[in-house]
Amino acid sequence: MTHSLPPHRPDTVYFFGTCLIDLFYPQAGLAGMELLRRAGLRVVFPPAQTCCGQPARNNGYMDEARAIALRQMEAFPQDWPIVVPSGSCAGMMRVHYPQLFAGRPEAPQVGAFAARVYELTWFLVHVLDLKLEDKGEPVTVTWHGSCSAQREMGVVDEPKRLLRSLTNVTLVENPRETECCGFGGTFSVKQPEVSAAMVSDKVAALESTGARHVVSGDCGCLMNITGAAAKARRDLTGSHIAEFLWERSHGRP
Amino acid sequence: MDAHNSAGQTHGINSAHKPRGDFTARAPAALANPTLRANFRRAMDGLMTKRAAQFADRDAWTALRARGAAARANALARLPELLERLEDRCTANGIRVHWAETAAEANAIVLAILREAGATRVIKGKSMVSEEIGLNHHLEAHGVTAVESDLGEYIIQLAGEAPSHIVMPCIHKNKAEIAQLFAENIPGQPYTEDVDSLTAAARRALRQRFAAAEAGISGVNFAVAETGTLVLIENEGNGRLSTTLPPLHIAVTGIEKVVERLDDVPPLLALLPRSATGQAITTYVNMISGPRKPDEKDGPREVHLVLYDGGRSRVYDDAELRDTLRCIRCGACMNHCPVYARVGGHTYRFVYPGPIGKILSPQLEGLDCAGDQPFASSLCGACSEVCPVQIPLADILVRLRQEAVRPSATPAVKGGGSQAGLAADLGWAGWRLVYGHPALYALVSRLLARLGNLIPASVPMLRQWTRFRTKPRFAARTLHELAARGGFDRE
Ligand code: SF4
Repeated sequence: MTHSLPPHRPDTVYFFGTCLIDLFYPQAGLAGMELLRRAGLRVVFPPAQTCCGQPARNNGYMDEARAIALRQMEAFPQDWPIVVPSGSCAGMMRVHYPQLFAGRPEAPQVGAFAARVYELTWFLVHVLDLKLEDKGEPVTVTWHGSCSAQREMGVVDEPKRLLRSLTNVTLVENPRETECCGFGGTFSVKQPEVSAAMVSDKVAALESTGARHVVSGDCGCLMNITGAAAKARRDLTGSHIAEFLWERSHGRP
Repeated sequence: MDAHNSAGQTHGINSAHKPRGDFTARAPAALANPTLRANFRRAMDGLMTKRAAQFADRDAWTALRARGAAARANALARLPELLERLEDRCTANGIRVHWAETAAEANAIVLAILREAGATRVIKGKSMVSEEIGLNHHLEAHGVTAVESDLGEYIIQLAGEAPSHIVMPCIHKNKAEIAQLFAENIPGQPYTEDVDSLTAAARRALRQRFAAAEAGISGVNFAVAETGTLVLIENEGNGRLSTTLPPLHIAVTGIEKVVERLDDVPPLLALLPRSATGQAITTYVNMISGPRKPDEKDGPREVHLVLYDGGRSRVYDDAELRDTLRCIRCGACMNHCPVYARVGGHTYRFVYPGPIGKILSPQLEGLDCAGDQPFASSLCGACSEVCPVQIPLADILVRLRQEAVRPSATPAVKGGGSQAGLAADLGWAGWRLVYGHPALYALVSRLLARLGNLIPASVPMLRQWTRFRTKPRFAARTLHELAARGGFDRE
């Protein structure tokens, strides 16, 4: 487990929205912030934040990744927890930032920064012990956890626990839950056929549950899965877990 | 790195296989082959299930894995010293030790040993290093017949193919394909898909080869420095026959296979078959500690150990890349790899396929030759998660990507920079400019929110994306805008 509990329940948190959410899924980001605010926290969204830098790191451009990482660290100067609605970006900041700066003068600050990074659902479950009242119609959903959420952030059960706590939601787990959906950032366009084969299998596995809606904690996976489902004219929609939880427990933000 | 390497020679680049990065070009054909897809999917699913059953206890797995990783890491940390000790102990046991820097040297050494013994009929146990150096080909070219005795290796030898998996070399073939191959190649064998009948046919054919063999060639799983013992595990008994029946046994292995003590072997033995095939232990565990002694009735009269470098000392020289050499060749990383499971081993076109191949091939053969390999991954990390010796495969993939686009000052990997290009450099410079300047990012992101959906699907990245997925839609307002509107604090 890469997370550890903060010493006491914080009253202020930072929110890191991620670049993908900023442009394509802002409602998911907003829903995450609303969930935190409703739980009584002051939620700070520093406008100087941009991207965690993972695209550059994953493609081998370490100088570029480091430059962007440093800008993010400047944007989050207080020692408040940084909540991230993505296992992938959280993993970058929590796990890979320290690797990127290992042996460099910035290493101690980077380590302290990384320790403040939390994946959203883990934070909701373990730090806030969030209770949700389900105001939605009965629905069956399945869950897709991202590779980085599972393997870098150790987030496996938390989102499913939240989904199960909703009284009108039936969660049906899919047979290939731990297998990659084939997104992998630029992998999806650099190895288009392999990526397509992976996502088409993923869509089939999700559909095999009988659910027509998939919930995920990572918008990269969602964009890939729902994009492939739509292209293949499958009856499968998706939403980010923050948006799903917020809509069920409140109504559209 | 060690006294035995002759200086100034190129590292074991095997000219026999020098494919140029064509994984991307080859993948579609494999993906479009339903038999191959089904064969791999079925096999990998089975292997994953069996492995999971062996490691059901998370704590036991974590503890065992830590011991295995420590044993391998310790061996590598003291590799030169342990190799010398291994040579001393082996020599004292009567095993003759040879050092080969390149594939050509290794092949020449084996051939010379065979010639000196007058051996032209060789029976082989399974050895990936012999694939790496192209040994069969070399021997054949020099009048030596080498017959593979591992059932899977025997099958692909009949088919004239290369292994598609490091543990199960013919995993790409189904029963019907094997039945066909046997009916065509084994005299008197009718077409049958009955597994017992197929194995019996192979056994009959191979028994004759064993009886006639003048030498046996095998690989090594672990070479114990403390005792000069060669550990070889297998399921069919062919390894034991290859190493005991013929009067001459030649073991060929990579220098990284050394472990310090006999005590290091049990955790590794517990990890390897469990990770590989989901077996608690293999049917045979051979511990070879020398040729036949005067009062013994069987065993080879001569045992040789060829220790092959083949670029490994270069891998060893880099502290981060060195972890690659911990590998015990269990194949779990490929069994769990979503890319490997879909394209199969031959698409990689290197001796080692799958995740371990993606990190090993570029290091052994050079990024100029295998530079596409580290990019053939979604970095999902399934490999790192199951590796029994904790090799951070996904991180090494990223490191090799770095070497491929921006080689380190002192080049760590041969052929570094092979994937570098002006267009990519400019692209990343632009990316850095935008994401490194919040004001500029605010402008660009708001512009994209307003106009981004007008970008045609034909621009390069989107063109690939939209072949299989719908075009992503930019939201009308960015989260930055919505957060400000929603009354969230800025600091
Ligand atoms: S890298 Fe790890 S998982 Fe893959 S073959 Fe080697 S030891 Fe096994």
